[in-house]
Amino acid sequence: MAQTILHKASTRGLSDFGWLKSYQSFSFGEHYNPERIKFGALRVLNDDTVSGGKGFGEHPHDNMEIISIPLEGELEHRDSMNNSAVISPGEIQVMSAGTGIYHSEYNKNADLPAKFLQIWLFPNKRNVAPRYDQIKINTEDSHNKLQQILSPNPNDEGVWIYQDAWFHKGRFDKGVSTHYTFKKQGNGVYVFVLEGDVEVNGQTLNRRDALGVWDTDSLSIKALTDTEVLLIEVPMKPAI
Amino acid sequence: MNNPEILVICKHPGILATILRLIHKKDGWKAFGAGSVKEAESLCSAIPVNLVLFGAGVEEKEEQQLRASLPSLRPEISFIRHYGGGSGLLYGEVLQALAG
Repeated sequence: MAQTILHKASTRGLSDFGWLKSYQSFSFGEHYNPERIKFGALRVLNDDTVSGGKGFGEHPHDNMEIISIPLEGELEHRDSMNNSAVISPGEIQVMSAGTGIYHSEYNKNADLPAKFLQIWLFPNKRNVAPRYDQIKINTEDSHNKLQQILSPNPNDEGVWIYQDAWFHKGRFDKGVSTHYTFKKQGNGVYVFVLEGDVEVNGQTLNRRDALGVWDTDSLSIKALTDTEVLLIEVPMKPAI
Repeated sequence: MNNPEILVICKHPGILATILRLIHKKDGWKAFGAGSVKEAESLCSAIPVNLVLFGAGVEEKEEQQLRASLPSLRPEISFIRHYGGGSGLLYGEVLQALAG
């Protein structure tokens, strides 16, 4: 029988540093909630707003798959592998931190906020060679359907990571229903509502609410308003 | 283990320095860094370490070696794998270990 866990938007942690406002679905930094550590291999889902011209100075990471999904504005990325890029809505960025990487992310615009999701997944392999990638998504492919934007396979649609995980994004008009079949047995799906109201397996979710679903192989989604959702499918018992 | 003495084993010098700095910011927490199995065993025999963090670059066989050897030096020692290389997960990992 399917199991679920509801994370209302209002129960997320909040770190407010002035230049950064970060709503955290799971324990992060100084925000520690032993009841909210992870959902399977999904360890971090931060909903960040960075003030104009501000950002994250150079800092290291290791052994983590780090995915950034811009929602508004532009972020300027630099890293220790000499990558330099700007990411904006409609794109997705991925870093496999592996044995170690340094990077910085700054809001490119001095007078506009940059909003993005920062998502960390445990890797299925430790100490890989660090890598960086970003791609542009054809957002028309997510209208009234789920569009794959991440997978474990380099030759599949979207970016790829070192984990048996799949991300899908969809924008649905009010009243439209869809169905999602899990890609791998033993995985769970964390449905995160970006905009609007939606019903997932009969549970009503509002903006920035989330529902984790596992011990099943599919779920149903119905848009109660015009809505946008992100589905994060991850192993519930990651190998490492 | 309210005042943990933490041995951080990490082969990336910059990340090791970052983790040590972050741990030292916490009242009552102490940290020591090692970049090899030999250094880790030497430090563990000299210092009452009660928690080991495996960080970047530590190979599986080295981790297994230390999980086997260090309890003979410190029977109460616990082990955790560190992920992320910075402040994001570090405090949660240690607090989880402290909670048992």
